[in-house]
Amino acid sequence: MLAYAIRRLGQSFFVLVVMSFLVFLGVFAVGNPIELLVNPQADEAERLRATVALGLDKPILEQYAVFLKGAVTGDLGRSFVFNVPAIQLILQKLPATIELAFVAMVIAVGLGIPLGLVAGLRPHSFLGRSIMALSIVGFSLPTFWVGLVLIMLFSVHLGWLPSNGRGETVMLLGVPVSFLTWDGLQHLAMPALNLALFKLSLLVRLTRAGAREAALQDYVKFARAKGLGPRRVIGVHILKNILVPIVTVIGLELGSVIAFAIVTESIFAWPGSGKLLIDSINLLDRPVIVAYLMVIVTLFIAINFIVDVLYSLLDPRVRLGSAAASH
Amino acid sequence: MLRTLRVALAAFALGAFSLAHAAPERSVSIGLQAAITSIDPHYHNLSPNNSMLIHVFEPLIARDPNQKLVPALATSWKAIDDLTWEFKLRKNVKFHDGSPFTADDVVFTLNRVPNVPNSPSSFATFTKPIVDVKVVDPHTIIFKTASPHVLLPSDLASVLIVSKLNGEKATTADYNSGKAAIGTGPYKFVEYIQNQHVLLKANYGYWGGEQPWDKVTFKILSNPAARVAALLSRDVQMIETVPTSDIAKFEKDANFLLADKVSNRVIYVHLWQWSDKSPPFVTAKDGKPLDKNPFKDARVRKALSMAINRDAISQRIMEKKSVPAAQLLADSFYGTSKKLKPQKYDPEGAKKLLAEAGYPNGFAMTVHGTNNRYINDDKIAQTIAQFYSRIGIDTKVETLPAGTYFSRATNGEFGYMLLGWGTESGEQGSSLRSLLATRNPEKGMGVNNRGRYSNPAMDEQLVKALVTMDDKKREGLIQQAAETAMNDTALIPIHYEVSTWATAKGYRYTPRTDQYTLAMDLKPVK
Repeated sequence: MLAYAIRRLGQSFFVLVVMSFLVFLGVFAVGNPIELLVNPQADEAERLRATVALGLDKPILEQYAVFLKGAVTGDLGRSFVFNVPAIQLILQKLPATIELAFVAMVIAVGLGIPLGLVAGLRPHSFLGRSIMALSIVGFSLPTFWVGLVLIMLFSVHLGWLPSNGRGETVMLLGVPVSFLTWDGLQHLAMPALNLALFKLSLLVRLTRAGAREAALQDYVKFARAKGLGPRRVIGVHILKNILVPIVTVIGLELGSVIAFAIVTESIFAWPGSGKLLIDSINLLDRPVIVAYLMVIVTLFIAINFIVDVLYSLLDPRVRLGSAAASH
Repeated sequence: MLRTLRVALAAFALGAFSLAHAAPERSVSIGLQAAITSIDPHYHNLSPNNSMLIHVFEPLIARDPNQKLVPALATSWKAIDDLTWEFKLRKNVKFHDGSPFTADDVVFTLNRVPNVPNSPSSFATFTKPIVDVKVVDPHTIIFKTASPHVLLPSDLASVLIVSKLNGEKATTADYNSGKAAIGTGPYKFVEYIQNQHVLLKANYGYWGGEQPWDKVTFKILSNPAARVAALLSRDVQMIETVPTSDIAKFEKDANFLLADKVSNRVIYVHLWQWSDKSPPFVTAKDGKPLDKNPFKDARVRKALSMAINRDAISQRIMEKKSVPAAQLLADSFYGTSKKLKPQKYDPEGAKKLLAEAGYPNGFAMTVHGTNNRYINDDKIAQTIAQFYSRIGIDTKVETLPAGTYFSRATNGEFGYMLLGWGTESGEQGSSLRSLLATRNPEKGMGVNNRGRYSNPAMDEQLVKALVTMDDKKREGLIQQAAETAMNDTALIPIHYEVSTWATAKGYRYTPRTDQYTLAMDLKPVK
């Protein structure tokens, strides 16, 4: 287990370095941040000063070397636009996005799995069929459009919910969270629902497929024959056996929701890191782009690791690192 | 159980209701389009920053809604001779912490401006002309320039004065946190969260009198649909930059007021005139490069301008929120020539001129523009391309995000460039100098002349205007320079953007030409 963890750590490190290099080259190829930052009315001397101040006068490889040197000590550079350490900017915004992502996942998982089970175990009933039909609608509708419709309905016409922003926050373990206040929940409701819709539909279909397959297995018949109640049959035997692909998808989706909830964050002006990323890309704020992507890659790696560990817990046939142990 | 629920709900509603009416505070929320990058007034010369910071800090000279200079922290100013200026400062002005405003704060500010670390775009251009400062008394100050600099008052209008007491050792971070954000303006700084909001509260001792608001919240709502939705749901009471597709709706709805004003921004086209070679992306119709540069021929340039139907663009694309342009600033601005009128739409005349210049069958070219920078920029590019197809020029369109576009345009990679220019000084001399003077970066000429247009006659008129201290004489020279340039179609002006603000009923905004959104100009109406 330890050897496995160390190997994973080494791989992750390699991925991080390669990725940071690619982003550096990418932003360099796109354009010159100075064009976007310096006021056009400024003179040439000003342009030169800004170029030097931001370190952009050096050749790209030298700039990358400077970045690596700083990265080793945890300094991922200062934002060109805001002049605050990039990592500080991102960590300020990340709790908001993670909160949104978690609430969205809770909605998606909390509704998706039960609905999927119902659809899978009673596939030909009216309830089962309508759940499937609605799930198709759920992942066909574009997030952007659904968000705007939600705002028009609940904010403009009904006036029940606020149309943008994050609500009041309270500190929980040193991190500001908004789901503990009523105002916060009101602000969370629509963006979380908007974000959850696609995952919800995905989970419904996945759970249904798994449940349908598992329900026909022999061990289910034996469990029923043994006299186990439906709750135990479904809750323990069926559910546990279909959870492996579902956990994979949840892990992947959680990562992508945290990293790229850009559309929802834009529409609802949710002050999260997705919006920070898209704004930084538009302004070619390279330090923030690089720092953000490195944080996200680390996040994905962590999530995937947790998912792999969960596999070994869910399915006793899976042994971590067993392929390498064989030689 | 149901009964207790109903009682609880009623109590809750009553509580919420009474809470809403507890404080008769006059507060307002405003939705902004672009993010504010710092509260440090000398860190980043960015229009949204300047618009926000003028609530908290003030310059010596301010600009009224038509960008005319008006006294602010300076009550009067005059040029004693070509190189010396005397400014009289306003008495009895206090900073937000109660300390008095004196000439020492001005000196401190001027020394700080060129020395802000890591500034992506500093204000040094405005303070550079001043080579010596003398404090005569706490309310009189003398500036000396190295050469005659008539634009000194205009330049100083862009420099916000900070408090020496609080700013002595302050960094940009101290301003962002509010520790050093002490100014003399009508509002006091409360809070700033990047990309999210800025909170201000009224400065009750403000020298300019009482303000209409106790609390102001500026929310950053970059997504246009979200901004409109926020106003519709009354989460904010005013928004700036109304998307053109929603203008008709606001104009018809009696619950909203639309305020608009022609801005100082012109949308124009630079044509590649770097050399006599065939410009990038301009070829004969069979794809072979042309033997000479068509854009160096004034007849071709004029034809390209005649082929554009500016009225159609205004009516159909911009929802009438644009004014066809004849030069670089609208007629109400200083230095604009009354003799110049927008080019009439004349496709037949354009074809004749092209034939005269040696291109009876036209040629092929690509129109390049941005797609996320100016109002409807991509639509304008596509429309222009269609106008050219009509007169026989095979035109393709390529629009790019600003991040990619500007670098390449500056490097001369495009032949036909759609661009925009907002003249912050409000006078045409500086726009002509930046965009059309023969490029000479050391002298500050033609810094943004991406087309490399060069006309020595116009250069001479501009240089003379720069050192003419008499306002009327200088205006005459600038007008002449504008006429020289526009009659030669140095660039193709398309239109001036009209800025729009939408307010909920009960609020009225006095619009400005510099596109600033100021809480001071927003008033409640019955």
